[in-house]
Amino acid sequence: MIELSGIYKYYPVGDGYVRGLHNVSLSVADSEFVGIVGPSGSGKSTLMNIIGCLDVADVGEYALNNYPIERYSETDLAMIRNRMIGFVFQSFNLIGRMSIEENIELPLIYQGIGARERRARVEKALAEVGLTDRRHHTPAKVSGGQQQRAAIARAIATEPALILADEPTGNLDSATGREIMDLFRRLSDGGKTIVLITHDAGVAARTDRTIHILDGMVAQSGEGGAA
Amino acid sequence: MIFQSIKMALKSVNANKSRAFLTMLGIIIGVMALVVLVSLVTSATNSVSERIQSMGTDMLTVSVLDEDNPLKLSDVDALAETGSVGLVAPVIQSSGSVKNGTETISVSVTGTNNSYFGVEGSELLYGRLLMTPDLDNNSSVTVLSYEAAEEIFGETGIAAAVGSTITMDSIKYLVVGVLAEDESMMSGMRQMYSVYIPVTVSQRLATGTSGISTFYVSAADPDSIDAAEAQVKTSLLTHFQGDEDAFYLQNMDTLSEAMNDVSNTFALLLGGIAAISLLVGGIGIMNVMLVSVTERTREIGIRKAIGAKRRSILSQFLIEALALCLIGCLVGIALSGAILAIINTFTADLTFTFSGSVVAIAVIFSTFIGIVFGLYPAWKAARLHPIEALRYE
Repeated sequence: MIELSGIYKYYPVGDGYVRGLHNVSLSVADSEFVGIVGPSGSGKSTLMNIIGCLDVADVGEYALNNYPIERYSETDLAMIRNRMIGFVFQSFNLIGRMSIEENIELPLIYQGIGARERRARVEKALAEVGLTDRRHHTPAKVSGGQQQRAAIARAIATEPALILADEPTGNLDSATGREIMDLFRRLSDGGKTIVLITHDAGVAARTDRTIHILDGMVAQSGEGGAA
Repeated sequence: MIFQSIKMALKSVNANKSRAFLTMLGIIIGVMALVVLVSLVTSATNSVSERIQSMGTDMLTVSVLDEDNPLKLSDVDALAETGSVGLVAPVIQSSGSVKNGTETISVSVTGTNNSYFGVEGSELLYGRLLMTPDLDNNSSVTVLSYEAAEEIFGETGIAAAVGSTITMDSIKYLVVGVLAEDESMMSGMRQMYSVYIPVTVSQRLATGTSGISTFYVSAADPDSIDAAEAQVKTSLLTHFQGDEDAFYLQNMDTLSEAMNDVSNTFALLLGGIAAISLLVGGIGIMNVMLVSVTERTREIGIRKAIGAKRRSILSQFLIEALALCLIGCLVGIALSGAILAIINTFTADLTFTFSGSVVAIAVIFSTFIGIVFGLYPAWKAARLHPIEALRYE
């Protein structure tokens, strides 16, 4: 599913460069639930941006579902993000003036799916995260946990190959965080490939496998605790 | 996708109603200025043109410039009622003074024939017009304009004027007729007190040449004015041995066209000024759209992350600017209609109508402004980097 090999990413700062990633190679198999763990500043977010096709590596090869990402234009990358990746962010990133239903519908609109099909997919995604009764609310009218569930619904509505979650429980209390992790677990059991980025070892323990990142490099790879 | 972009754009306009309204206000006022001003000018011009038409555009004025080779009365008469030419009226203009007791009234004296009144479309109120025997006999008779009769005989004496005698430049004239009041706008342009005498009398009184230097020609029917013009021109060229500078032909149609030209220029000028205010409205829209792009940076980041292409973001913001312009334009047009209706209730003899073409121009221009001033903010939004946009607080 994901094949990274020899990935380098440096950011220009003043006269010099700051290391983002240095010679990172890793792979994630189909239907795997992988946690990428590391302290802040370790390069997790850079890795997530590259895996998520929001950014491209300076050097190295990245293949998503056997597509060599570095060869694509920005428009192609937008299309890959749209069809192959579902994003879940720490701060939910729902659009505030749109209802939950409309937020979930948005990536389907960008995919050019017809109205009837969109309705069916939204319906399914809402049911999967248990938000059917909150569909007409705007994000501000529901709790943080519900917002994150809406964001997950948006991520799975396009039936992507990969769900990429960046600190999905970071803004939630521990009980709600557990609920969200239960949801990810359910999705994983249903066959979804999930990459979850976190600094929280407790969260990482609930994945199948963890990859530790430190100073922009893969420090250690091991089994998660929840398999 | 375009339909979805329109839906999204309308939604975000709707989400910020008061800001949207204030932004649109520039366009609303600009469109109102454009539509109202141009409609006023066009309606006024149409009304003036109609009056010129009613005065008879089937009329030519011929001026002879070659004084050495004057036209005789018989030359002029020979043109009448041949081919496309209808009536021909020789005109000798002079001024005179009429003694009225101790008072002297200055009048404009026109030496002419019976056809003159037909060409001019004058109507008789009392008595009769000039007749051929008056010309043949050099009779000292006169037809007075209503205004002249009123000035000489007083308002109550007009009816009794026919049969009276007036003394003009020491010659006594028998008043044989009084014309009806002339309400056409050209009467205002003429000298107020006009009196008409046989052209032969004018010729006898005139010092120097006794030729005819001006005459009016009407067409046999309204559609043949161009043919009549050609015919008169041919005859005159024969008379003046091909010298085109010996005479000057003026068609009322030409006057009417010149009038239209002037008003079109005027409409263009006013339209231009209104267009400037529309332009200013457009700058307002660009300003607000730029603010909106900055405010919604994070939203743009989200949209890009979940797969919006540059094109989708560009069209969303462009359509939003366009929607602001076009809604403003429609409101402006509606208000213009209301303003014209209100103006119409105050003006009895002039109706101001919506000029369809100016409405079309307003719509086209608003669209143009929406695109031009929406493009830069939309382009700015479209080229935001998704990661930086997502980080934006």
